[in-house]
Amino acid sequence: MALPKVKEDALTARLAALPTQAGKGWLAAARAEALGRLAAMGLPARRDEYWRYTDPASLVAAEAPEAAPFSAGDETPIFDGIDRLKLVFVDGVFDPAQSDDLALAGIEIERLAEAGDKDIHWAQGTFGVLEARGQIPVQRPLAALATAHATDGVLIRVTGRAARPVALHYVHESATSDAILHHCVKVEAGAALTLLESGPGAARLTKVLEVEVADGAEFHHVRVQGRDHERRAATHIFARLGAKSEFRSFTLTANGRMTRNEAVIELTGDEGRAHVAGAAVGDGDFHHDDTVFITHAAEACESRQVFKKVLMNGATGVFQGKILVKAGAQKTDGYQISQSLLLHEDSQFLAKPELEIYADDVKCSHGSTSGAIDETALFYLQSRGVPRQAAQALLVLAFLAEAIEEIADETIAEDIRGRLEAWLARHSGRESA
Amino acid sequence: MLEINNLHVKLEDEDKVILKGVDLKIGAGEVHAIMGPNGSGKSTLSYVLSGRDGYEVTEGSATLDGQELLDMEPEERAAAGLFLAFQYPVEIPGVGNMTFLRTAVNAQRKARGEEELSAGDFLKLVREKAKALKIDAEMLKRPVNVGFSGGEKKRNEILQMAMLEPRMCILDETDSGLDVDAMKLVSDGVNALRDAGRSFLVITHYQRLLDHIKPDVVHIMAGGRIIKTGGPELALEVETNGYADILSEVG
Repeated sequence: MALPKVKEDALTARLAALPTQAGKGWLAAARAEALGRLAAMGLPARRDEYWRYTDPASLVAAEAPEAAPFSAGDETPIFDGIDRLKLVFVDGVFDPAQSDDLALAGIEIERLAEAGDKDIHWAQGTFGVLEARGQIPVQRPLAALATAHATDGVLIRVTGRAARPVALHYVHESATSDAILHHCVKVEAGAALTLLESGPGAARLTKVLEVEVADGAEFHHVRVQGRDHERRAATHIFARLGAKSEFRSFTLTANGRMTRNEAVIELTGDEGRAHVAGAAVGDGDFHHDDTVFITHAAEACESRQVFKKVLMNGATGVFQGKILVKAGAQKTDGYQISQSLLLHEDSQFLAKPELEIYADDVKCSHGSTSGAIDETALFYLQSRGVPRQAAQALLVLAFLAEAIEEIADETIAEDIRGRLEAWLARHSGRESA
Repeated sequence: MLEINNLHVKLEDEDKVILKGVDLKIGAGEVHAIMGPNGSGKSTLSYVLSGRDGYEVTEGSATLDGQELLDMEPEERAAAGLFLAFQYPVEIPGVGNMTFLRTAVNAQRKARGEEELSAGDFLKLVREKAKALKIDAEMLKRPVNVGFSGGEKKRNEILQMAMLEPRMCILDETDSGLDVDAMKLVSDGVNALRDAGRSFLVITHYQRLLDHIKPDVVHIMAGGRIIKTGGPELALEVETNGYADILSEVG
């Protein structure tokens, strides 16, 4: 079916602004296929069902809207205290000088461009493949764009328990940078990896992370998106889980004019477990969208979606979360909660929780709420001597607690609590406008 | 210690006047009880003293050791030594009881210019006080009042009081929802805190709490005023004859 003219023009303009990706072999083929998918879908537009609450205009525009880089001053960068393999990307380009030596990783890790030159590569079965699977039933054109046009990315394969986490740090330097990244991770049977991601990445970041978690494997992911106020990001996680595997992903978002984080997870082996969680705090010009799709295609799997947003001074939060239980996926245990705390009346939260169930022996629950801070609890704390601002921070952290508890590593969870507390302290003066 | 003069209070959002000139003076170390029928303004008095939103003071004053309470934020009143044991203690999901206690204790110490308690000292202190109130480690770990029984909530109020060591304690219907054993436990907790430098204002419907916490002075409140003041025998009189006699006697 031909695209409407307006969509075709938008796509042409977007692609014209991008550098051509030279290449041969399997990577070039994967990119060409992705481009074909993209050409058939067109870029997202406001009238598309899955973009009803989030205007994609700034994410699809040919040029990235300007965004000034943000300096956190002398604040300790997140994950700095953790023994990790650090890889740095500046405005979407890998920077070997700031990164650790890949050869010392103890796991297979390669840059996308280098791996693409090889005739045969393990990533052939994953790169673009999980993304393509994730296009049905909901189209995710920006993900196809990232497969077709990623300027950089890493391919990671783990065959044992990784001795230390891999940390991808994204630096934003140029006010007009338009970064497109595509990473691919394969955690082989029985293996385990923790992946950390931090930083804004660019003025505009379009990103895909594909994760294959084989039988009995574990993948833990913690991401902190960087506090640049004006940055924009459209990120996607596509994961496929084998039997008795575990996938956990947590994202902290503080600030950012426009963020769309999609997670598409497929439980394909019995007794797999997938947890996706997010905590977002925004003040003022902040739009944050979590769009999640979890498919139960095997028996006795567990999934959890825990998303909490604190919205101040007109900030907007969106949650679109789906649990699809396929026929035969008996004993499914699905849980989904999305909540917002609106600290001002002009903030808003738009939620679309969906359950679609074709098996008859399943347990699925979902809930979505939005509300103001509990004045009675606030008074109770104050009456015990806790100053109003501190009391409010305590209640906000309590509200976020369920999402933060999804982080497996307690040291990281504690660090994130501390950063949220500091963020709240900085923004509390703007309370009750 | 606490001195209330001609206190008039109305609801902020409506024209409903609740307190119509309350006068009350509680000396150091004294225990006063306020009894009265439903709707007489007892709980409003406790809320206004502790600084809850929604009330408007139209006239009068309330001072703690000469300091005007009504000008202060709720947390400042707490730091000045005022404590209200809630009739309905508030549940706070996501905030551990221990975190709550420690935050409160240290916030008050900070406000008074004292050094914060170390984690070790705090733990030692809280365990000791909790033991006397039969509050186990599990209850300290759980979120504040969440899933607590009525008795547990009231014991938790007394634990907070014991930890914060206020000089002026207001107990708002602390006996409501308590069985005989819990009432004894709570009363013992309160009695253990009685000393020459600490005063209590006990608000209750029934005389039975006053069997356990013996008051020095009993006030009867009705229609937003204190209409009669006497010794402990006044509470017994109410228990036997109800409020009707007193109300008609005062007119």
